Amino acid sequence: MSKQEKLLAEKTVGLKPSGIRKFFDLVSEMKDAISLGVGEPDFDTPWHIRDEGIYSLEKGRTFYTSNSGLKELREEIAAYMKRTQGIVYDPVGEILITVGGSEAIDLMFRAMINEGDEVLIPEPSYVSYVPCTILADGVPVTIPLKNENEFRLKPEELKAAITPRSKILVLPYPNNPTGAVMEKDDLEAIVDIIIENDLYVLSDEIYGELTYSGKHVSIASFPGMKERTVLVNGFSKAYAMTGWRMGYACGPREILAQMTKIHQYAIMCAPTTSQYAAIEALKNGDGDVAEMRESYNQRRRFVMHSLAEMGLPCFEPQGAFYVFPCIKEFGMSSEDFAARLLTEEKVAIVPGTAFGDSGEGYLRISYAYSIENLRAALGRLSKFVKRLRGEN
Amino acid sequence: MNMLEEKVLGIIEKNSRVSTREVAIVLGTQEIEIINALQSLEEKGIICGYHTMIDWDKTDIEKVTALIEVRVTPQRGKGFDEIAERIYKYPEVNSVYLISGGYDLLVTLEGRSLKEVSSFVSSKLSTLDTVISTATHFILKKYKDHGTIMARKEEDQRELITP
Repeated sequence: MSKQEKLLAEKTVGLKPSGIRKFFDLVSEMKDAISLGVGEPDFDTPWHIRDEGIYSLEKGRTFYTSNSGLKELREEIAAYMKRTQGIVYDPVGEILITVGGSEAIDLMFRAMINEGDEVLIPEPSYVSYVPCTILADGVPVTIPLKNENEFRLKPEELKAAITPRSKILVLPYPNNPTGAVMEKDDLEAIVDIIIENDLYVLSDEIYGELTYSGKHVSIASFPGMKERTVLVNGFSKAYAMTGWRMGYACGPREILAQMTKIHQYAIMCAPTTSQYAAIEALKNGDGDVAEMRESYNQRRRFVMHSLAEMGLPCFEPQGAFYVFPCIKEFGMSSEDFAARLLTEEKVAIVPGTAFGDSGEGYLRISYAYSIENLRAALGRLSKFVKRLRGEN
Repeated sequence: MNMLEEKVLGIIEKNSRVSTREVAIVLGTQEIEIINALQSLEEKGIICGYHTMIDWDKTDIEKVTALIEVRVTPQRGKGFDEIAERIYKYPEVNSVYLISGGYDLLVTLEGRSLKEVSSFVSSKLSTLDTVISTATHFILKKYKDHGTIMARKEEDQRELITP
């Protein structure tokens, strides 16, 4: 046994390094690259929200809060869930404030998974579902989604992945990296399968407010689903608050109780300053969200138009702030494409494979940038694409 | 005013140089729709001009801006409109607002020097029959104007790549 194996936990050492990390190292060597690779808003947190955070510091509110978070914040979240989704959560026992949505994902897995339980993970999707499943002794079962379905999860795909050990289904919509959404009909089509197979759902709705085709619908709003769904959301994307690390989970009392227990021992409570800011966001931030959503929507159309002009096929995504064009025509891997684009045109775009093997042949383009930035970067991409076509 | 016109205004209020083609792209419509909307907004007088935000402090051209509070005697049947008109017709006057509170009209004025502005106030403004009193405030520094912060924008400090 080598020294390293003794020193470190095998489970952790065995985790695949994040594909995005590898690309990040490449990019950081490139000083003057322009990027379309960011997974966070370009807006600053609206001033009134920042101001509440500052005020809470001035007032000396620098203590711990209760483990589950400030009661006023949980009440605001309950009110938000009621007015946007029509779901009634008890702020006492059914809502937990976490350090970003990502903590809530980790907590849900650790609260529910017994060794060997299977977690169904549609892919491409956010980078943490698989490793968090493994760390919780679960078995990740990925469901490769298809471009022709606009990367929505189809009932037959779900059915085919279910085994007697299936326990949790991750529903990451609106989706990072594809920008896909699951509309009401799409969800309706899988609800019965979920209930019949006694699955629980981790519904990661962090991009819920950034939906461009009507209002976001949560799976938890369907009859019989609130009881089997842990709804994860947060402030990062909707209110441009990534650095505040503010997320939350809403769900059945018995699951939340165990999640809270882990949170209590491992984290204690989410940052107090951020919690005060988050209260302000929910109370007076609707206008900001609407304004940012409109901006993203305009950029989304701009990017889609540019891709169409350069002839890169891409389904029209209706959520988050990503588009996921297909580059299969060039016969190179996503990673090679991204690496060449970076060295030759100095544009950083994340290869689709950073979000799972089924992202092969695609790129994730983030449009959390000003139109000017998008124009410059897409101009270079267009030049690159033309050159590649000339080579073939 | 319809939805499209409202959205067009939202865009060109921030950047009046944006092309009609680009506005059409980002709003998901045809360029002709944008051209028509702009024309209609101009005809209705909703769009009154396309100006440029200039930070004159960064040039070597001397300019002073003053805010002048003016108290006036309103005239029977005409209220404040006539006196306002007499004031706004001076080309050096930038804006004239009717204000609630301690005084009646707020006049902003641009001149090349303090002297020039003072002489306008003393020789032209104060001497109008209906003007009771004036109080002149010179602007020392503009931090934000027309919703635009004058300080240089900070560079994007986000990591280049994040999941």
